[in-house]
Amino acid sequence: MIELYESQRAMRNMRRAAMQRGVIAILDVGSSKIACLVLRFDGSETLGESNGMGAMAGQAGFRVIGAATTRSRGVRFGEIDTMAETERAIRTAVQAAQKMANIRVDHVIACFAGGDPRSYGLVGEVGIDGHVVTEEDVSRVLSACDVPEIGMGREVLHAQPVNFALDHRSGLSDPRGQMGARLATDMHLLSVDGTVIQNIVHCVRRCDLELAGIYSSAYAAGYAALVEDEQELGAACIDMGGGTTSVSIFIKKHMIYADAVRLGGDHVTSDISMGLQVPMTMAERIKTFYGGVVATGVDDREMIDIGGDTGDWEHDRRAVSRTELIGIMRPRVEEILEEVRAKLDAAGFDHLPSQQIVLTGGASQIPGLDGLASRILGQQVRLGRPVRVQGLPQAAVGPGFSSAVGLSLFAAHPQDEWWDFELPVDRYPARSLKRVMRWFRDNW
Amino acid sequence: MSEMKPHRSPAKADPAPSRWSYRYHRLMLTPLFRKVLRVGVPFTLSLGIGLIYFSDQERRDGFNLALTDLRAEFENRPEFMVKLMAVDGASSEVAEDIREIVPLDFPLSSFDIDLEDIRSNVAGLQAVKSARVKIKSGGVLQIEVDERQPIAVWRSYEGLELLDAEGVAFRALDSRFDRPDLPLIVGEGATENLAEAMQVLAAAAPLQERLRGIARIGERRWDVVLDRNQKIMLPEELPVQALQRVLALNTARDLLARDVAVVDMRLAHRPTIRMSDEATRERWKVRASEAGIKTQ
Repeated sequence: MIELYESQRAMRNMRRAAMQRGVIAILDVGSSKIACLVLRFDGSETLGESNGMGAMAGQAGFRVIGAATTRSRGVRFGEIDTMAETERAIRTAVQAAQKMANIRVDHVIACFAGGDPRSYGLVGEVGIDGHVVTEEDVSRVLSACDVPEIGMGREVLHAQPVNFALDHRSGLSDPRGQMGARLATDMHLLSVDGTVIQNIVHCVRRCDLELAGIYSSAYAAGYAALVEDEQELGAACIDMGGGTTSVSIFIKKHMIYADAVRLGGDHVTSDISMGLQVPMTMAERIKTFYGGVVATGVDDREMIDIGGDTGDWEHDRRAVSRTELIGIMRPRVEEILEEVRAKLDAAGFDHLPSQQIVLTGGASQIPGLDGLASRILGQQVRLGRPVRVQGLPQAAVGPGFSSAVGLSLFAAHPQDEWWDFELPVDRYPARSLKRVMRWFRDNW
Repeated sequence: MSEMKPHRSPAKADPAPSRWSYRYHRLMLTPLFRKVLRVGVPFTLSLGIGLIYFSDQERRDGFNLALTDLRAEFENRPEFMVKLMAVDGASSEVAEDIREIVPLDFPLSSFDIDLEDIRSNVAGLQAVKSARVKIKSGGVLQIEVDERQPIAVWRSYEGLELLDAEGVAFRALDSRFDRPDLPLIVGEGATENLAEAMQVLAAAAPLQERLRGIARIGERRWDVVLDRNQKIMLPEELPVQALQRVLALNTARDLLARDVAVVDMRLAHRPTIRMSDEATRERWKVRASEAGIKTQ
């Protein structure tokens, strides 16, 4: 845990250095596209610091000066599959964004969807003999959380204090300065596969960039796509990407649960490809132009040329009706949503006060998806787009850029993590002399 | 997507930059590097080329020679040539002197003429009060001279000289009769108090016919010398007022027409008169005759 703490702290310091330089890059490593944004900070960081994402707060501190996307290569299920290919794709995106921004970026904040994220709820409790809660107490209670067995080779990606309780009062967001006898905390811990993080770190290093933070894309997408009251009252964000569909649940402006389904838009495409006997690129094109999940009578008459270049006239002149296409796509989309439903049920989403579900991500643009989703997931479903940030080009405001925009918000105002607090005194052996002194003072 | 086989439809060229082109691109976006490239490299390059070129003595000489030639050619263009010298405001002998001390060989380039040097040379002449030198269009070196104007003749041990208003003796005179129109001033230290001398001379205007000159005595006071060896000795303080008193006496009693050798005004409250020997004897004779004493 200590190494993790140190490395995460190092990334935080890197972020601070990037803020001082004023330029930072955002890298969304997805299965179907890699997006890179270049942000410039204009120094007004204090704005909206306390309340996270205010009405338009949080976005005032920075401006997007470069944006580029490229087709992703070598990434499957949100994990790096072929290192060299991914590296080339990252290079392409970063170079294009740098060119647009006309500035060199050295620090990058990355997010990824894969690595089988798992959530844990941690509880820590510590006695504070009747004095005022200080920052040291907060770090003490965070360190007092008993870490569950997260499995071999898994790493902690996020560890955030979600709730503080002081004696009998719960639901405190900031207990500092208050009086009490016992301080307790609920911490949300997200663990992912360690090798996935290692691969991403390695890839970014190979592009001569410094990693200033690494996030789960479920977290980032939820932060960008959920509006403030949804985050406050409780909502689930479903980020339907190319290779994975990530689920994140927010309440009281904190993420309390994240999970991922290893199914996404690419599976729909491959279904079309197999079902219609067309290449993947053609299938992707057909899906984008004619795709849907609800068939109506008029779709029987709408014929789609699916073509081919074999030279066989019969084969190259094939056409399918849109109903057929929908018939291929719908079961897969339903399957994805069923899986998501299962994840939400496992997380106990039913018990949340608000049942709002927000669909975002590139695959959420299938026409009619909200109707289908409301049948499977519940009544309160809406399609979500990321919040507006300054300077973002029109091409990058769609739902596919939720996690990139969320990362931009985190770059400006990161939420508290466990490693943002100093380690408590008793973790440092050098401070033991102080404890001896205290013991002496208490006993004589 | 990644398992897509590229054998169908020749794969689109991957837009990914190579590792080195990516690094090069990043390097070119580095502000410091760009500045170095824009300023430092051309500077170093030109400096290096210059240094290498001029490291050879022969080339250095050649370059200097070419530079000198170019300069000479430019300086000797007809529009910069000075063909003659004009001297304004000087009498003929002063002009002669000026031409003597400014030995220029016309025609001459105006770049080779040191105007300040010429000016100080000309102004160094005794007879010249100030000089202005300029090169007029048309290739004329114009020297404008203010000559010193004589206001008195000064007799000293060296001889006769002309004085100007500033008390500078600027030209020797052969004879007093060369300039009979100017008053004569005599004595050491007379030039330093020329202004006072001129005031005294102005006050002595009524005696113009009889005035021979004024003399500085002991470098502190003035004597007005008249013909018939008459002298009016003036005090150090307020000499003009003293002279005016004498003139008043003269007007009232016709003092100076009498046989008086010296009117001594050195003690202001007690003017004294010294009579000539002749007059003294005459006086005695008159007294004796008055007293009935027979003399010789």
